[in-house]
Amino acid sequence: MLDWLAQLGRHGLGFFERLGRGHLLLLALLRGLPGLLLRPRLVVQQIYAIGVLSLLIIVVSGTFVGMVLGLQLYNTLVDFGAEASLGPVVALTLVRELGPVVTALLFAGRAGSALTAEIGLMKATEQLSGMEMMAVDPVKRVLAPRFLGGIIAMPLLAAIFSLVGVYGGYFVGVGLLGVDEGSYWSQMQSMVDFDDDVMNGVIKSLVFGVVVTWIAVFEGNDAVPTSEGVSRATTRTVVHSSLAVLGLDFVLTALMFGVD
Amino acid sequence: MQTRILEIWVGVFVAAGLAALFMLAMQVSNLTVVGDDRGYTIKARFENISGLKVRSPVTVAGVRVGRVTAIDFDTQTFQAVVSMRIGAGYDQLPVDTSASVLTSGLVGEKYVGLEPGGDMDVLKDGGEIKLTQSTLVLEQMIGKFLFNKAESGKE
Repeated sequence: MLDWLAQLGRHGLGFFERLGRGHLLLLALLRGLPGLLLRPRLVVQQIYAIGVLSLLIIVVSGTFVGMVLGLQLYNTLVDFGAEASLGPVVALTLVRELGPVVTALLFAGRAGSALTAEIGLMKATEQLSGMEMMAVDPVKRVLAPRFLGGIIAMPLLAAIFSLVGVYGGYFVGVGLLGVDEGSYWSQMQSMVDFDDDVMNGVIKSLVFGVVVTWIAVFEGNDAVPTSEGVSRATTRTVVHSSLAVLGLDFVLTALMFGVD
Repeated sequence: MQTRILEIWVGVFVAAGLAALFMLAMQVSNLTVVGDDRGYTIKARFENISGLKVRSPVTVAGVRVGRVTAIDFDTQTFQAVVSMRIGAGYDQLPVDTSASVLTSGLVGEKYVGLEPGGDMDVLKDGGEIKLTQSTLVLEQMIGKFLFNKAESGKE
């Protein structure tokens, strides 16, 4: 009984300790951002690793998500004779929700796990402590460029995802199922608002980008420096950032599109 | 050489992302139609606007010229006061323009249709449209139709 209580306390303390360390790291990362202006090449390398290499999965899944949306919504809307509204429904679904959320989930799986594994391995092979020995701050040199790279890459990836998805829905709806091309685009343009829909989607994806890269960088930096510890940290990155994205998405949606 | 290719790829990626955002603005949303900062606001009073919402389109001859910015209720006359922001390019609307609440299609969205009159004076910022026609309420229409049927059946 006493053992059990002690373990509970240890877990609780461990949780708060990690929570505190995570936020202290966030502060350190933010402090490291201005220094990156002097070394933009570091950030460019990270945008390549995080953003460019994620392009393929984003474009392919965006196309298929858009095509499935077109097919499913067409079958529902045609019962009401409202298949002309396919355009706005596909576009709003993608721009407001699926674009930012699915991109963030893929981003966590594709880029977040890679970040954690890379940083965790750097720690396990004592490259990070080596840097500290040479008076190079690993937060500024290693973690901050990855953090900024993720924040820049995520909204761009989400915008590409949404656009590709709209064209996927267009391909299925207009190309295969015979929805009128004019009503697909014109209804979409009259229903989708730039400030309220597109910009809110961009804000969402920016927030998700910050959260996912933050979690990935923190888990890598906080990993137990063994091969098992790195693999656990990688798993935790994917699980925690997916949960954070889905939970935050509800909060953000409620704030943005909730009660008028 | 390796870094150069990498930098080119990053440039392509950022350009593609920004282009996607631009396309979302132009092709998917209605950013091109009305710049909200320019233009002028006019008002119209309706007996019934059921279904009209803020941001609903305002059209002349089917062309979108602006949008509804506010819907208020006049407690004195029990009428709905609809404020509309009209694009700056459409400042030639005569003062005897009439406004009606219309539906696009049978179950489509509601919008305000403006019908220009023949007056030489044009509507200014803050002007009010005097001639208005309320939305057609389906239940009332069916009620009238049934009533007429019953009347004609008597004869």
